[in-house]
Amino acid sequence: MIRYLFGRVAFGALILLTLSMFVFFLFFVAPGDPARMVAGDKATETQLIQIRTNLGLDRPIHEQYLSFLGKAVTGDLGFSYRNQQPVAKLIFNRLPATLSLVVGGVLVWLAVGIPIGIMSARHPGGVRDRLGQGFILIGLSFPTFVLGMMSLYLFYFLPRQSGFMLFPAGGFKPFLPNPAIWAWHLVLPWTTLALTTAAVYARLTRGQMLEVMGEDYIRTARAKGLSERKVVWKHGMRATLTPLATQLGADIALLLGGAIVIEQVYGLQGVGALAVQAVANQDRPIIIGVVLLGGLFIVVANIIVDIAYVLLDPRVR
Amino acid sequence: MAVLEARHLSVDIPTEDGVIHAVRDVSFALEAGELFGIAGESGSGKSVLTQAILGLLPNATVTGEVLFEGRNLLGLKPAELQSIRGSRIGMIFQDPMSSLHPYYTVGSQITEMIHAHEKVDKAVARRRAVDLLARVGISEADRRFDSFPHQFSGGMRQRVMIAMALILNPPLVIADEPTTALDVTVQAQIVALLDEMRRERGTTVVMITHDLGLLSSIADHVMVMYAGRRMELGPSAPLFAAPAHPYTAGLLASSPANYEAGAELVPIPGRPPSLLETPRGCVFAPRCASALPRCTTEAPPLRVFSDGLQSLCWLEGPPADAAASVAAIAKAPAADEIVVKAEGVRLTYGGGSLFNPGAGFEVLKGIDLELHRGETLGLVGESGCGKSTFARVLAGLIPMTHGKVSLLGRDLGSLDGRAWQAMRREVQLVFQNPFGALNPRRRVGAIIGDPYRIHGLAGGAERKREVQRLMELVGLNPEHYNRFPSEFSGGQRQRIGIARALALNPSLIIYDEPVSALDVSIQAQVLNLMRSLQRDLDLTYLFISHDLAVVRHVCDRIAVMQAGQIVELAEAETLYRAPQHPYTRTLLAASVTTPPRHSAAGRTLVSSNVVEAA
Repeated sequence: MIRYLFGRVAFGALILLTLSMFVFFLFFVAPGDPARMVAGDKATETQLIQIRTNLGLDRPIHEQYLSFLGKAVTGDLGFSYRNQQPVAKLIFNRLPATLSLVVGGVLVWLAVGIPIGIMSARHPGGVRDRLGQGFILIGLSFPTFVLGMMSLYLFYFLPRQSGFMLFPAGGFKPFLPNPAIWAWHLVLPWTTLALTTAAVYARLTRGQMLEVMGEDYIRTARAKGLSERKVVWKHGMRATLTPLATQLGADIALLLGGAIVIEQVYGLQGVGALAVQAVANQDRPIIIGVVLLGGLFIVVANIIVDIAYVLLDPRVR
Repeated sequence: MAVLEARHLSVDIPTEDGVIHAVRDVSFALEAGELFGIAGESGSGKSVLTQAILGLLPNATVTGEVLFEGRNLLGLKPAELQSIRGSRIGMIFQDPMSSLHPYYTVGSQITEMIHAHEKVDKAVARRRAVDLLARVGISEADRRFDSFPHQFSGGMRQRVMIAMALILNPPLVIADEPTTALDVTVQAQIVALLDEMRRERGTTVVMITHDLGLLSSIADHVMVMYAGRRMELGPSAPLFAAPAHPYTAGLLASSPANYEAGAELVPIPGRPPSLLETPRGCVFAPRCASALPRCTTEAPPLRVFSDGLQSLCWLEGPPADAAASVAAIAKAPAADEIVVKAEGVRLTYGGGSLFNPGAGFEVLKGIDLELHRGETLGLVGESGCGKSTFARVLAGLIPMTHGKVSLLGRDLGSLDGRAWQAMRREVQLVFQNPFGALNPRRRVGAIIGDPYRIHGLAGGAERKREVQRLMELVGLNPEHYNRFPSEFSGGQRQRIGIARALALNPSLIIYDEPVSALDVSIQAQVLNLMRSLQRDLDLTYLFISHDLAVVRHVCDRIAVMQAGQIVELAEAETLYRAPQHPYTRTLLAASVTTPPRHSAAGRTLVSSNVVEAA
């Protein structure tokens, strides 16, 4: 078990190393002069040379990479070209917004998606199944930004016009001191994020549950005289968890790297919004930092999912 | 006093193709403490019947009456039925691997059942489960309580299932094919355990099985079902000695255990009817050897005989015993030419690699074997002994670790890719599961024609002609050239597999459990086909099976395999009459055979009631 875990971590580190190399060199060969970005349009040639020396841009590329890597492992991701602030701090400041969005969103989409999937699977072909399938179809086909715009119009703009503030248009308020304000600002982003993803989870749960409910051990559970509730939620759900865990790990990791569309629609100053601004400004250190952070989340999530497998399925222990 | 009584029970299951009449007008009564056998081939409705009684088929329409402890089970509310399931009627299912939940410990699966029906302390429930686990033969039961199903062998899992069914001491236990998924030696242990437990506790047991030989040794009463109908019902002894219904007689006659080695089997011709239709006459009439003209037009009456047998048939006396009239057909002796020779074949999985030094797992531990042209060699052993692996090594599908295999005198290890490709046509395989071995999206003509295509031998009209000749040869209708595998029955699919194997005129055909997935009446058809093909085409067979009766019947020589080694190799009859190795003796002792047949002397017809069409 320890050996297995060690292997997974080592493999994750290798992936991150490869990713860092790839991103670093990609931006090195990209057009545009970083020194000019730092100095602005009115800089003189001497100033540019000075900046290049300060940033180490005149050194050979592998040296630049190694010094970048050496600092990166200690958490130093360099400074933004645009405002000279440390990249790590910039990203770190954005994490609460993204984290709040993702954690709440995950809870909502699981709470909506799994019951719909189970309801659908328990009455295949029936009215409830059709309703569930309808939800899945709508959820899957709605682009996030359209849903976001619609809910802003319905739950912010319209009530606002009648002089009444149902939900704010967005913006992020910290969890402390007042969690109620925090949640109130996040209700619309959460539901928007959750509704489309819930459809994916409902479909996954439905398919998995349909298969599991046909298994012999479900028949055994019924023959034992267990209540239908126990048969479905204990015996059925238990066997459905593994593929859900896989999907969940991947989804959370992806979103933590920046829920770009939602953050834009609701003006949340999260990691995704930071990435969008950095791309617009060609602020390379920030882009590299965000990409590496996203990679780190995915690697860590995969390791957690692998551990979850071991806990969930006694056969792989 | 009957423990359970079913009256005019019918089960209809709606499907996309129409309503399946799975059970039609079946009545029976169980006496307290008896073992009641329900026999029949797949699709006869025997499992559906018992599951319908317990409300385990939510979509089915169940009519009739099932009286249990003074109540009609069919009229109960779901909650009432639920409280009976498990506590008053226990169930044991066929495949103990898939019937136990893989994610929960075996102990918790048993105590869960106690908690569902009784208010007891956790520790008390655990102690009861541990006690019973020990009683059904799980050693170190206290420790094994916390093990998961995958940590048990098949036989141990079935012991757990039995413990689970008995933990609440139900007066009735329904065992649905409890031994079918197990090895023959384990089967015997499980049957003995079931028998012991029911005598100890006075439990009434319903045993559903397709294995008539098994029932003959333990059942008190037997019901034989076919296409959802109760064909015959009666006390075990007269039913097996001299069945009153031609279907029962036909089933007994198609079992290879009833034959002299080498005799042509007498299968039941044709195949079971579609359950979507309801014929006017007897459902069995199209396959019946004793059918009368009125059988196809009028529903058969219920004949009751003096020895307790009840038969749904127009016949008033016993049917002709087809098996008795068959003589052994002489077979040409095998030639001296050696087709395949294996010397010291070893195979080790794992081990020796960078990450996994150590010894690895040795599957084949040095096998020497020779096959002569025209002979059938049987390879017998329990699951996991390496018999299928060895077959794959012979066919060149798995590389061996050590040893030498020569085919027609040429060492397979010395062949280059091109020569290999040419040699491949000399060895063909026929697989066990006729449903899994054929690609469902390809037409039968294309499947059988594959060997010609792959080896570039015949194309276009010529290939089609060849394929149709093969289909004719194995008893398929050549006009069905363009059909898909799903349109064929299991037996027909196995014929497709045989036709494909025959295409290139191979020197050796390896049959890997070719009939174990088939019903006994269909089995006999396929075995007969294999034998007649061998006679006509001078084929060499390697026949892998766990079923000793089948192997004895078709093989000239038999090799018994245990844990990767051949422990005994002898002429078939010698092996049966005078087994040398203790393992061979264990295998032989464990295989059940049907009792000898007698005449129905002294049996008289007591009454005859015309049954109203159901």
